[in-house]
Amino acid sequence: MEVKLSRADYEKMLDHARKELPNEACGLIAGIDDENGVRVVKKVYLLTNIDHSNEHFSLDPKEQLQAVKDMRANGLRPLGNWHSHPESPSRPSEEDKRLAYDSSASYMILSLMDSANPVLNSFHVEGGISSKEDLKIIE
Amino acid sequence: MKITVAGTKKDFEEGLTISKLIELENVETPEYVTVSVNEEFAQRDDFDTTVLKDGDEVEFLYFMGGGCK
Repeated sequence: MEVKLSRADYEKMLDHARKELPNEACGLIAGIDDENGVRVVKKVYLLTNIDHSNEHFSLDPKEQLQAVKDMRANGLRPLGNWHSHPESPSRPSEEDKRLAYDSSASYMILSLMDSANPVLNSFHVEGGISSKEDLKIIE
Repeated sequence: MKITVAGTKKDFEEGLTISKLIELENVETPEYVTVSVNEEFAQRDDFDTTVLKDGDEVEFLYFMGGGCK
């Protein structure tokens, strides 16, 4: 699966993740599937991590509801979610895989482990097995 | 009666409970679904007894969370 994310949305995500340190930051991604089957992220939502933890995240359901309504109003569909790993690599943890209930979603993980070189990857998770998607950050 | 489910208006029989709606809508992994009715979140224990009424707006949301361990 090819996934496209704009540089501006990447920077928005990164900025929010840095502001939330030392805790994990999280949010939703929404967009479209283009005519070539490429998943194009059109909007990144910054949500509250109600766990307020550097090891866990849970999206605020009230904000999630508002985001879903906003997607619908803007002709977008939910594509998945994103969260940061402040001190670990950009790959799904066992907990991430266990809690990834939607096999049609893209799960983006932004690692700030090396603060000067953040790493963002997108994953497909199904049956507890994750595989990296072809994420392209476009200018 | 008409109920709006995830933004789409649909017809249902009177007396519809949240549990029955989950079944009729073929909601996947219902054990992980949070349900809002008119922007109020319903308690899971009340799904069997909460009867929806004409004009209600229902959303299904999946819990989203994780961790780094």
